[in-house]
Amino acid sequence: MDWLTMDLIVARFNYWVYIVLMMIGLYAMIAKNNYMKKLIGMAIFQTAIMLFYVSIGTKKGASIPILDHHGGEHGAGSAHIAGEAALKVGEAAAAFPEAAAAAGTTNPLPHVLMLTAIVVGVATLGVAMAVVQKINDQYGSIEEDEVLKRIKL
Amino acid sequence: MKKVGLLTVLLTGALLMVGVFDFPAWGDPYSPANRYLSTHYVNQAEKETAVPNLVTAVLADYRSFDTMLETSVVFIAGLAIFAILRSIEGPLVQARKRTESREKRAEKRDAGGDGQDPDLIVQTTVRLLLPTIQLFAFYVVGHGHHSPGGGFQGGVILAAGLILVAMTFGLKNTLKQFSERRGLAFGSLGVLLFAGTGLLCALMGTQFLDYSVLEAVYPFTDEIMARSHSMLVVEIGVALTVMSMLYLIYANLASHGDMKKGL
Repeated sequence: MDWLTMDLIVARFNYWVYIVLMMIGLYAMIAKNNYMKKLIGMAIFQTAIMLFYVSIGTKKGASIPILDHHGGEHGAGSAHIAGEAALKVGEAAAAFPEAAAAAGTTNPLPHVLMLTAIVVGVATLGVAMAVVQKINDQYGSIEEDEVLKRIKL
Repeated sequence: MKKVGLLTVLLTGALLMVGVFDFPAWGDPYSPANRYLSTHYVNQAEKETAVPNLVTAVLADYRSFDTMLETSVVFIAGLAIFAILRSIEGPLVQARKRTESREKRAEKRDAGGDGQDPDLIVQTTVRLLLPTIQLFAFYVVGHGHHSPGGGFQGGVILAAGLILVAMTFGLKNTLKQFSERRGLAFGSLGVLLFAGTGLLCALMGTQFLDYSVLEAVYPFTDEIMARSHSMLVVEIGVALTVMSMLYLIYANLASHGDMKKGL
C-alpha cells in the first residue's frame, strides 16, 4: 500500500491531474448539446494536453530554461533523491552524461511546443466560433438536436 | 447520449490510468523526454546561438521550420474566418436577415436612434493604459532572447491592447486607425519576413532557415551573432502576424463578419 501511494499517486500526480481534466473535456465534447459548450470542452481538453507536456519537461530542483548570460554555471542538478533511488540515479547519470549535465535546467522543448500550440489553439478556436456563428445564422440555433431537426426538414 | 458519453469517458480514463504505470515519475531528470534531444539544447544552445533564453533559441532557430508553419496556421485561420463569415448566404439566412432588419428599423423608430456613448472613465483609463501595454509588448518581443518573451507572447499582448481599444472606443473607430486592409497587410508581411529570411539563407548557399550564413548581411557580426540577430527578425515577423490576425479574428467574430458594430 505504501508503494502504491508513494510511487503511483505522489510521484505521478501530474498524470492524474491531466487525465481528470482531459476526461472532463472529452465528456463535454460528447455529451453536451450546445455547440459553445462543446467548444469549451475542447478548450479544456487542449489545456490538459498542455499541462501534460509541460509537466513531462520538469526536473526536480531545476531552474527555468533561461541561462545566466555571463555566468554559464549550470549542470550538476540539485535533484535531491534519497535512499535506494539514489543508486539508480547514479547509474542513470553514468549512462547519460549529457542528461546529467543538463539536469540543472528545465527541458525547454515541451515549452516551445506548447507555446506555439496555445496561440494556434486560440486561432483555431476562433475558426470554430465562426462556424458556430454561421450555423446559428443558417438554422437559428446552436443546440445540436434542434439543428439536426432543421437539417432533416 | 449522456450515458454513452459517460461510459466512453470512464473507459478511456481507466485505460489512461493503466498507462500511468509506465510513465516516468514527476520531475525525473533522466526520464526519456529529458535524455536525448533536449540535452543538446540545454548544453550547447547558448554556445551555438548566443541566446540564453533556450525556449526562444529552440523556437526561432532549431525548430524554426515548425514555427514558420505555425505562424502560417495563425494567418490561414484568420483568412478562414473571413471566408466562413462572409460566404454567400443561402435563402434561409437572407429571409431571416430581411425580417431582422425590418424589426431593427422599427426598434430604431421607437427608441430614436442608438446614441450609446462609451463610458468616460473607461475611455480615460484605456487611454492611459494602452501606451504601457504596447511598450511592454515591444519589450517582450525585443528582449525575448534574454528574458521570458518572444514573438508569440508579444504579438498576443499587442492584440490584447488593440482589442481593448475596440471594446472601449467601438470597433468602427478602431478600424479607422487600424483597418482591415492594414491588418491583412501586416499579417502577410509577418509571414513574408519569416519565410524571406529562410529564403535568403537558401539563396546564399545553405539550407532554408540556416541563419549562420547571414553574417554577410548584418554588419559587425560573426556566425553565432548572426543567428541571434536573425531570431529577432523572425520573432518580429511572428509578432506582426499574431497581432494583426488575433485582432482581425476578434473584429470578425464580434461584428458577425460585417465589421460594422462590435461588442
